[in-house]
Amino acid sequence: MEGFIALYIFMLAAFTGYEIISKVPVILHTPLMSGSNFVHGIVLVGAMVALGHADTTTEQVIGFIAVLLGAGNAVGGYVVTERMLEMFKPSNKDKKGDAS
Amino acid sequence: MNEFLDPKLAGWLIDAAYFLAAILFILGLKKMSHPTTARGGIVWAGIGMVVATVISYLTPDMHNYMLMTAAIFIGGVLAWWTGKKVAMTDMPQMIALYNGMGGGSAAAIAAVELLRLMTGKGLSHDIPAARELAVIGALIGTIAFSGSLIAFAKLQGWMRKVYRFPGQQVFNALVFVAIIVLGFMLALTDFTAWHFIAFFGLALLFGVLMTVPIGGADMPVVISLYNALTGLAVGFEGYVLDNPAMMIAGIVVGSAGTLLTQLMAKAMNRPLTNVLFAGFGTGDSGGAGVEVTGSMKAIDPSDAAITMAYADKVIIVPGYGMAVAQAQHKIWEMTQLLVSKGVKVVFAIHPVAGRMPGHMNVLLAEAGVPYDMIYDLEDVNNEFGTADVALVIGANDVVNPAARKDTSSPIYGMPILDADRAKNVFVVKRGQGTGFSGIENLLFFEDNTRMCYGDAQDVAQKFIAGVKSL
Repeated sequence: MEGFIALYIFMLAAFTGYEIISKVPVILHTPLMSGSNFVHGIVLVGAMVALGHADTTTEQVIGFIAVLLGAGNAVGGYVVTERMLEMFKPSNKDKKGDAS
Repeated sequence: MNEFLDPKLAGWLIDAAYFLAAILFILGLKKMSHPTTARGGIVWAGIGMVVATVISYLTPDMHNYMLMTAAIFIGGVLAWWTGKKVAMTDMPQMIALYNGMGGGSAAAIAAVELLRLMTGKGLSHDIPAARELAVIGALIGTIAFSGSLIAFAKLQGWMRKVYRFPGQQVFNALVFVAIIVLGFMLALTDFTAWHFIAFFGLALLFGVLMTVPIGGADMPVVISLYNALTGLAVGFEGYVLDNPAMMIAGIVVGSAGTLLTQLMAKAMNRPLTNVLFAGFGTGDSGGAGVEVTGSMKAIDPSDAAITMAYADKVIIVPGYGMAVAQAQHKIWEMTQLLVSKGVKVVFAIHPVAGRMPGHMNVLLAEAGVPYDMIYDLEDVNNEFGTADVALVIGANDVVNPAARKDTSSPIYGMPILDADRAKNVFVVKRGQGTGFSGIENLLFFEDNTRMCYGDAQDVAQKFIAGVKSL
């Protein structure tokens, strides 16, 4: 990938992340942190590609660890986030007072 | 399995899937930022993850499929099992643990790529500055890995002590300089295996060194910081692997996490530099301060219950101690009784109640408290002056008036809930000791404060009995 295109991606992604978080009510900070923890679980696909191209035993061992940890990040991040958000059941009343 | 698929088609499918995943991640995070849509948000992001993972099997020229599938299976099942089993109160350390795994994974990817570049086979040998970014990502990811594991151990209670020694910061700085030198060697020269091992070893050590002097009270900020760092590392390794989905997701998390870290640090009135380089929340800085006058006065829970039942307005200030005692269900039961007697009851949540911003809201939601009874600090603080009772359960520093009065206190200036302004203050507390941060709480010695000693769950049960007896 050309260097400047990568820079553009980095810049736009950085602004996107900033925008998403800046309007979040405090009550969702922990679930959202957990959710963003899940999203960087995408590292799993990079780990798969790295292991998929590993040749020597050393590379395979490290690649295996990478995939193992990446899968843990993605699955664990999903499960705990889902469990927390499950509690935010729709209420018949509109919430108020927690906008910050 | 790739032989059956035209490589061009496979490449297109992968690109399309990663694009879709990136959109789903961003939309998912966006939905997660509102309570009514939050649940759907994680599902959307989850779909994106599954699509990206499955399609990645089509990546051309791969082998080791068995190993790959085995690793996904083992890592996934272990994480699924632990994630389902963990109690809600322990969520923060689980986030730290899974986050550490992500950082470790990014570092391991960098390690594989660097090893392969040495033999001229790396995926990234024709990408400009890929090796440099791989090294930076490796450093950040490794620190996030070992640092998060220490944070996990501390919150889990496996590591109660705070480790400090004279000249620690100088030592840390020296270790860091050594890492930077080794990093330059990895990025720019024909390095040997020893450079490679020393680089990763020292980076692991640095993550540990950075985290062990930090006290439990500051841990949420640190976890959030490591979450942002892992995001950055993933973004950089995404560049190295020419993988836009990783770049976008990683950097989005990196920037969102940085902002979240700042919000948390601000809520605790602790500049990030203080968290990382100065000690507090460790129990050894709470000695100084104004002389505590007066004494703690105890009250029988049933008497407190009667006062609450005849009150017009009761504000409940829950803290982590309530959650540890699993008393939130009992407190909600008591609240419903009080409401049925015509008492106006609200919950006042400090931004850092629980272990992280929003953690207490999750715990109350678990008990069934509707979110329109839960108020933030800014919205509720003026109400204390007109409240008949402020009921403080398992909270400590967030109601300590020393933050307003005592300029020498380590928490001076921290925004607190002004529970002391209520007509009566009841504090439910396990014993007479100081709290998580080790700072004496002036509130407990106020004239209008009465202490209910005991396990929060037992005391709540007595409250319920007391209210029912009327």
